[in-house]
Amino acid sequence: MAVDASTSARGDLILKNLTKSYGEFNAVDDLSLVIPKGSFFALLGPSGCGKTTTLRMVAGLEEPTSGSIFVGETEITDMKPYRRPVNTVFQNYALFPHLTIYENIAFGLRRRGISEAEVKTAVDKVLNLIELPQLASRKPNQLSGGQQQRIAVARAIVNRPALLLLDEPLGALDLKLRRQMQIELKWIQTEIGITFVHVTHDQEEAMTMADTIAVMNKGKIEQMGTPEELYDSPKTSFVANFLGQSNLIPGEVSGNDGDNLIVDLFGTKVAVPKARSSALGKSVLVGIRPEKFRIAAEGKSTHGNVLTGGVVSDVSYIGVSTQYQVEMPSGKELMVFEQNDDDEEMLRKGAKVVLSWEPTFTFALDGSENVSAGSH
Amino acid sequence: MKQISKWFSKNLIRIYAFLAFTYLFIPVLYTFIFSFNDSRKTNLIWKGFTLDKWKNPCGAPDICNALGNSFVIGFTATAISTVLGTLIAFALGRYKFKGRSATNLLIFLPMATPEIVLGASLLTMFVNLGINTSMVTAIIAHVMFCISFVVVTVKARVASLDPRLEQAAMDLYANEWQTFRRVTLPLVAPGIAAAALLAFSLSFDDFIITNFTAGTVNTFPRFVYVSAGRGIPAQANVIGSAMFFLALFIVVAGQIVSSRRKVKI
Amino acid sequence: MAAVKGASAKVFGLKDNKSILPYLLLIPGLLWLALFFIVPIFSLGQMSTKVAGAQTGEFVQGYRFANYVDAFNASTEQFLRSFLYGILATIIALAIAYPLAYAIAFKSGRFKNILLVLVVAPFFVSFLLRTIAWKQILGEEGPVVSVLRTLHLISDTTSITSSAFAVVTGLAYNFLPFMTLPLYASLERIDPRTLEAAGDLYANGFTTFRKVTVPLSMPGVVAGTLLTFIPAAGDYINATILGSPSNKMLGNVIEARFFKIVDYPAAAALSFTLMAAILVLVTIYIRKAGTEELL
Repeated sequence: MAVDASTSARGDLILKNLTKSYGEFNAVDDLSLVIPKGSFFALLGPSGCGKTTTLRMVAGLEEPTSGSIFVGETEITDMKPYRRPVNTVFQNYALFPHLTIYENIAFGLRRRGISEAEVKTAVDKVLNLIELPQLASRKPNQLSGGQQQRIAVARAIVNRPALLLLDEPLGALDLKLRRQMQIELKWIQTEIGITFVHVTHDQEEAMTMADTIAVMNKGKIEQMGTPEELYDSPKTSFVANFLGQSNLIPGEVSGNDGDNLIVDLFGTKVAVPKARSSALGKSVLVGIRPEKFRIAAEGKSTHGNVLTGGVVSDVSYIGVSTQYQVEMPSGKELMVFEQNDDDEEMLRKGAKVVLSWEPTFTFALDGSENVSAGSH
Repeated sequence: MKQISKWFSKNLIRIYAFLAFTYLFIPVLYTFIFSFNDSRKTNLIWKGFTLDKWKNPCGAPDICNALGNSFVIGFTATAISTVLGTLIAFALGRYKFKGRSATNLLIFLPMATPEIVLGASLLTMFVNLGINTSMVTAIIAHVMFCISFVVVTVKARVASLDPRLEQAAMDLYANEWQTFRRVTLPLVAPGIAAAALLAFSLSFDDFIITNFTAGTVNTFPRFVYVSAGRGIPAQANVIGSAMFFLALFIVVAGQIVSSRRKVKI
Repeated sequence: MAAVKGASAKVFGLKDNKSILPYLLLIPGLLWLALFFIVPIFSLGQMSTKVAGAQTGEFVQGYRFANYVDAFNASTEQFLRSFLYGILATIIALAIAYPLAYAIAFKSGRFKNILLVLVVAPFFVSFLLRTIAWKQILGEEGPVVSVLRTLHLISDTTSITSSAFAVVTGLAYNFLPFMTLPLYASLERIDPRTLEAAGDLYANGFTTFRKVTVPLSMPGVVAGTLLTFIPAAGDYINATILGSPSNKMLGNVIEARFFKIVDYPAAAALSFTLMAAILVLVTIYIRKAGTEELL
C-alpha cells in the first residue's frame, strides 16, 4: 500500500470552533486553538473537561459534531485515522499483545509500504533512542510498565508524524518513574522536533514539560500561555486555583498609582500591578500565592503590601516548608507557605501575626469570578 | 489419633475431590481396559489380554465406515457452524443494534431444547417436505445445534477484546480490513479454535439428533448403540480410547501453547 | 449461561451502530436457525394435529387437538417419570458437582487448570461407550454385583441395572460437566477476601459458606441445573441401556412413535408438550432465581 499523501502533511495544528456534543451536553465547546509546529503543548484540566475528547478528535477516533481541524494547509476533519499525519500514545499503551516489540514498532511503517530494509533501520534507530534495543524480540506482557511506556512512544514516533498525541501516558507509573519519564519525553521531543500534544490532569507535569499550556474546563479553554504566564498572571479563578494554590481575597479598587492599582482589602490598602490585573470593574479578587507571603510575629518590621491582625489557626510542618493557616479579622482564612531556610522559630497556633509580600507578586481577577473554582 | 482426625477434616474436601474424579473416570478406565480384551463375539467378559484389536481397529464390520461418516459430518458441520457462529458473535459482541434481545433469545433456545425435540421437529419437517434423510440432512441438523455453542464461546472472547488495540492499529495507518486481519482476528483466534473444537466434539458424540436425521447413514455413536445389545465389539473400545487420548492431547497441547504465550518476568 | 464464561473477562462498551454491518453478519447464521430450528418447530406443531390418512404412513391435516389429550393419557406415566428422573438426576448431579467445583475453585492451587481438564476429559469418550460401560460394570457379569452379593448386601436376585436407580445415576453421571463447569465459573469469581471479611465479622466456616459462598454461587447453580435438567428430562438413551421397560421415559415413547409405530401426530404432540413444559419450567425457574442474562 503506497504512502498516503495526507500522512505527509506538515504544519501547525489548527482547531477551529471544534465542538463535540452528546445530546444537550457539550464535551468540547466551540474550541479554537493554534498549536505551533515543533512545540511541546499541554492540554491541562480536571477529568471530564474535554481534553481527551479533543485529542481523540484530532486523532480521528471521535467524530466532531461541528468545527474543523487542520494540519498546516491540509484539512483532516473528516479523514479516517489511518490517513492522518498523527500518531497517538494511548493511556494504557495499547501495545499489540500478540506481536513482538519489533513488530509493534514496525506496524505503522509496514502499513505504509516501507521496505523491510528501511523498516529495520528505523526500528533499530528508535530502539536505540529509547535505550531498549535488547527488547526487540520480547512480547509486551514480558515488559515492565516503564518499558511498555517507552515502547508505546517509540511505536508512534518511528513514523515521524506531524503530530504526536499523548493521552495521559504517565498516569500508570509510580512517582519516581513518572518524573524520569517526564524528563525523557521532553528530551525526545527536543531531539526529534515533532509537535507533541500532551493531555494531562497533573499540573506539575504540564508545567515541567510544556512550552505552552492550555487550561481546559467544561469543554472550553480557560487560558493559554507559557507556564510562567499562567502561574504568575492567571486570568480566571479556575486557572489560579488549578495551577498551584492561590489566596483570593475580595476587594474594591479605590484608585491607582502609576503602574499599580490601589485596592482596598477590608480596610487595608494594597498595590496590584496593572499588568497582572484582569479585572473589569471596581470589584476585584486580589490573588497572592501562599509561597509569596512573609509571615512574622506581630510587631516585627515589614515592607511591601501588609495585612495585620491575623491569627495562626493551623500549622503543618512538611520538612522543606511549614504551612500556616492564618485567620484574618474578616473571617477569611489565608494559606501561607514558609520555606524553612532560616533559624526563625516556627510560629505556634494562636500566635498573632503580620503578613507581608512584594506588590509585584500580586495578581487580580475580576470580582465576578468564583473564588473556589478549580480548587483541589 | 487426634492428628489423624485433624488431617482428615482439613483435607476432607480434597479427599472428596479425589473420590469424585475416580468416579468420573471409572467407565473410561473400563472402556480402555476392555479394548485389550481377547473377545470373540461379545465383549462382556474378560477373556485375556491382546493387542489385536488395537492393531486392527477396523476389524468389526462397518465400524470404520461409521467412524468415517462421523468424521465427515463432524468436520463439515464444524466448518459451517464455526463460520456462521463467529459472524454472529462479532455482531453481538461489538455492536448495539435493534433486535439484540431477539437474537440472544434465538441463539439461546436451541441450547434449551431437549435433543429429542430438535431431532423430532427436523424429521417432521423433512417428512412434510418429502425430503429423504441422508448425510446432508444430518449435517444440516448438526450445524443447527452447534451454532449456539460457537456463538457463546466466541462472543466471550470478542467482548473481552480491548477496542483501543484496534484504535491503535488505525492510528498506525491500518485501514479497517488490515486492522481486522492483523489485530482483531489473531486475538480472537483462540476463541474460534476453542469453539471449533467444542462444535466437533458435540457433533461427533451426538446420537439422538443424528438418529432422527441421518436416515441410513451410520455414525460411530449409532454403531455403538445398535451393537449394545450383544456387547459392543472391542474395536469400538479401541476407537473410543483413541479418540479420548487424541482429544486429551489436543487440549493439553493447547493449554501449554497458551501458557507459554503468557510468560511474565 | 453467563456463568459459563471465563471469570475474569472484562467487558468493553458496544459500538453505536451506524451501518448495516451487524445485520449482514447476523443474517447467514440466523437464517440457518430460522430454517432449521424455528420452521421445524412449526412443522412439529402442524403435524401434531394431523390424523391418519387413506394409506398407512400418510397423514392429513385434521386440526385434531384431541391428539394431545390422547397422547398424554396414553403416556402419562412416562411423562411424569421423565420429569421425576430429570429432577432427581439434577439433584444428584448438584450434590456431586458442588463440592467438586468448590475444591477446584478454592483448594487446588496451581493444579487448577489440570483439574479442569480432568473434569472434562472423561467426556472425550463417547457417551454411549461410557453408558454401556456402566451397564457392564453394574450388570450381572460385572464386578460390583458380585462383590455386593458376596457381602450379602443385596440378594441373589436383585440387579442394579434395569432399574430406576441405574437410569437416574446414569443421567446424573452423563451431565456432570454441565453442572460442574458453571458452578466452578461462579465460585471462581468469588473474591476470597469476601470470605475473609466474613471470618473477621465472627462467622465460622460453615456460616460463611451458608451466608456468603452459596448465595454468591447462585448464578452458577441456576445455569448448571438448567443445563442438566433440560437434556436429562428429554433423554432416552440411559433409560434404554440402563433401565427396564418399566423405566421408560417420554423420550422412549416419542422415539417409538416415530420409528416403530409410525404415529407421527402422536409423536409430534408429545414432543411439543415436552418442549412447552420444559420452557414453562425454565421461565419460572429463571424468573424466580433472578438470572436474566442468558448468554
